[in-house]
Amino acid sequence: MSFDHTMLYLTAPEITLALLASAVLLLDSFLKPSQRVLTYIATLLSLLIVFMVTFATHVDSSLMAFDGQYIRDPMSDVLKLSLFVLMAFVFVYAKDDLRRRGSERGEFYALGLFALLGMMIMISAASFLSLYLGLELLALCLYALVAFQRNSASGSEAAMKYFVLGALASGLLLYGISMVYGATGQLGFAAIAERLQQGQVDAVVMSFGLVFVVLGLAFKLGAVPFHMWVPDVYQGAPTSVTALIGSAPKVAAFAMAMRILVDALPSMQEQWQLMLIILAVLSLAVGNIVAIAQTNIKRMLAYSTISHVGFILLGLIAGTTVGYASAMFYALVYALTALGGFGLLMFISRQGFDAENLHDLKGLNERSPWYALMMMLVLFSMAGVPPTVGFFAKLAVLDAIIRVDLLWLAITAVIFSVIGAFYYLRVIKMMYFDKAECSEPLQASTDTRFALSLNGLAMIGLGIMPSALMSVCASVFA
Amino acid sequence: MLADLPLLSFTIWTPIIGGFLVLMSGDKTPNVSRWLALFVAVLTFVISLPLYSDFDSQQVAMQFVERASWISQFNIEYYLGVDGISMPLILLTTFITILVLIAGWEVIQSKPSQYMAAFLIMEGIMVGVFSALDGVLFYVFWEAMLIPMFLIIGIWGGPNRVYATIKFFLYTFLGSVLMLVALIYMYYQSGSFDVLGFQRMPLNMTEQVLIFLAFLLAFAVKVPMWPVHTWLPDAHVEAPTGGSVILAAIMLKIGGYGFLRFSLPITPDASRELDWLMISLSLVAVVYIGFVALVQKDMKKLIAYSSISHMGFVTLGFFTVFMIAANSQANGGELLGMSGGMVQMVSHGFISAAMFLCVGVMYDRLHSRMIKDYGGVVNSMPIFAAFFVFFAMANAGLPGTSGFVGEFMVIIASFRADIWFAVLAATTLIIGAAYTLWMVKRVVFGEAGNEAVATMKDLNKREVLVLSTLLFAVLALGLSPAPLIDVMNTSIENLLSHIVISKIPG
Repeated sequence: MSFDHTMLYLTAPEITLALLASAVLLLDSFLKPSQRVLTYIATLLSLLIVFMVTFATHVDSSLMAFDGQYIRDPMSDVLKLSLFVLMAFVFVYAKDDLRRRGSERGEFYALGLFALLGMMIMISAASFLSLYLGLELLALCLYALVAFQRNSASGSEAAMKYFVLGALASGLLLYGISMVYGATGQLGFAAIAERLQQGQVDAVVMSFGLVFVVLGLAFKLGAVPFHMWVPDVYQGAPTSVTALIGSAPKVAAFAMAMRILVDALPSMQEQWQLMLIILAVLSLAVGNIVAIAQTNIKRMLAYSTISHVGFILLGLIAGTTVGYASAMFYALVYALTALGGFGLLMFISRQGFDAENLHDLKGLNERSPWYALMMMLVLFSMAGVPPTVGFFAKLAVLDAIIRVDLLWLAITAVIFSVIGAFYYLRVIKMMYFDKAECSEPLQASTDTRFALSLNGLAMIGLGIMPSALMSVCASVFA
Repeated sequence: MLADLPLLSFTIWTPIIGGFLVLMSGDKTPNVSRWLALFVAVLTFVISLPLYSDFDSQQVAMQFVERASWISQFNIEYYLGVDGISMPLILLTTFITILVLIAGWEVIQSKPSQYMAAFLIMEGIMVGVFSALDGVLFYVFWEAMLIPMFLIIGIWGGPNRVYATIKFFLYTFLGSVLMLVALIYMYYQSGSFDVLGFQRMPLNMTEQVLIFLAFLLAFAVKVPMWPVHTWLPDAHVEAPTGGSVILAAIMLKIGGYGFLRFSLPITPDASRELDWLMISLSLVAVVYIGFVALVQKDMKKLIAYSSISHMGFVTLGFFTVFMIAANSQANGGELLGMSGGMVQMVSHGFISAAMFLCVGVMYDRLHSRMIKDYGGVVNSMPIFAAFFVFFAMANAGLPGTSGFVGEFMVIIASFRADIWFAVLAATTLIIGAAYTLWMVKRVVFGEAGNEAVATMKDLNKREVLVLSTLLFAVLALGLSPAPLIDVMNTSIENLLSHIVISKIPG
């Protein structure tokens, strides 16, 4: 294996983050509990540094490193940069929540940073091997985080479920990978694509491989019928961890889908397109309809995630650069929107009380008109009502699938989004039309308030000016 | 000089920004919020006046055009402009909003700043709907309109407000999402969202029919046409007075406007092919809903059904044009029908606003909308009774009021299409008189129904001001409709000349 210094240059973001995450872990072990805020600051600083490193070393074309294990292209840069922003929001929101639960330990930050590292590796994976490594790094951090509150029975239960089902999914994925390897003799995505192009591949083994890989992918994305873990984990995990699981990993999962389906298996597009159509329609249907029946808001948001995953899949189904760009835009926008939702849930919670049920939001407009407005913007964005950014994300996806003459799919999607609008409206109804059940003032530190306002206003700001982010998404596939 | 300013943008954004300022003023100083809101509304009205005074009624092209790229990836533009069809509706919007704010002055005690802000933001969005010439921009305003209305009904509405407002939102949302698919489809075909481009674009019959139906669902829900009208009585009954006024006076007009701006010019062949459907639905609305109005016990519901019936005239006037055009002896009847529909829209904007305000006046005093709770209101409220009887007459289409002009024009036009349409449509004048006057008789005349009615206070200055402004408008439009018809004439002729030409590629 040849080695030259450009490899270090290309992998600088991952290396920096690995070092910084270890430093944060180390720093924390020397701190007294009262000084924990330093860990928090160090974490945010790490994000800032790695953001700058990534930005400074950004690339304009696709470059490989480590014998085709690692790829650095404009898509990976944009996705990583947005991950840093998303994770910064996660940490800001989580801090108050952890402190309130009395479980503000440094491990949260370290595990969060290592999860981020896993996501970065997934995004930059150029072969099944590195992809799997990234995926497992992410998953292991998340399992631990779900169980973060050791004395919480529901948290441990959720972690157990997540671990068992996640391990099963990894197993399925690995099985699929071995089939693909068996058929093509390759692990690198580009090499697999080349082999398939040449056509001397056992079709039966390859289709088995494809089925299992897509299955593993659907599991990680949380698409129906592989969604069973999502509601339980969302509900059981502490809200701060739910915010993490529900946002940034979706972006990483999008990247994983792009790498496998588009980079490695472009010649099997017809086959995976069909599978994704089934997954997407089921996700839209089950996600939106089952969400109506939920009274626990975290569970409701879990089903809402499932339906949004359906939309992300629609963009991939289009199978065009426009479609990929729309799916990427959707994933980024959704991650930010979901974060706002969970952030506000944590904001409403207070000492010894988690805002979990729909009725906890009652009368929010009386208690705090400003944050009620922010929550409303988030919810309308999820429902896809203009002028919020969620509408433009849906518009982009619908445009992409209409362009490939899948009109029926577009109509199905919009009809389910009308059904979906109902449960978002119900939350708004609670906040605005009902009387408050408790009048305790809402408390949060200044940075949380600032982040929440920024997040809420981004819904409408990006809605009025979606052009910049859209052009970034489009440019990486140009 | 005025024409160089971005007047439409000002008219859209002044109330929206003003609305946010009012929102920020908070509820601790309600009077500051109220006066600020009123100031913004009056300012917006003043800004919108040059749209009329500087309007060139001979010009076919769009006026006061503003055009800039908005989302370049999809070729979406910030493209505004008005013609003779949209301009009167914009003025109607800016005018009615002032009255609505004054009408809610001391009536709304809970969260007054949010109330005023919602109406101002609503105003800007509605002006946006009428002036948008880009498909997505139109859709954004169209949907954004739901948000403030949803809150207005839900926060300040009656006892069953939650049911009504969610029904309202979902009904309209369902109606409009298919329109979005149709817009994207046309974008895919033409490469831009320019509405005028859509109007020029050739489309085959299947495409036209599907697009027509998608638009129909959106606009029919909004108008509302039978059988998708059921949200309206609920929404009206539960909405606060101001909400009902805006709903009836302006939001319903947006559906009618949609037919003129989208359905007819974009899918003329499908419109011709399906005009039987539209005419039948309109006639059902006019006649059947008229009878439904007759049996209502709730005044607001009665006026809501009467609105549906009156809007049936509008759609009847719009869609009889094809039959009139096919009838060689009827020269110019198309213009009459379509202008009649437009006049009817503007006139109904004033009259329904006035009717809802009148009911609101009584509701504020007795907290009941039921006809049976009243009786002999004239004894305690003579001034109010005079206004109420006048507006009721206008609602029944009394000559000399604006209600007569539009209905008369549409009936004459429908004669030239088919005499039976005219006969059916004219029956409604009788039904309309019946339900309105019967309600007036039961509410206003006779002995005072109970003690509460006998002690009702007559109108205060604020209410007199609002109602007499509307009275003046109804009379002015009724006695001299020419200024309104003149500004619309060129645009409607232009529209008619377009829709008789087939767009099916040859």
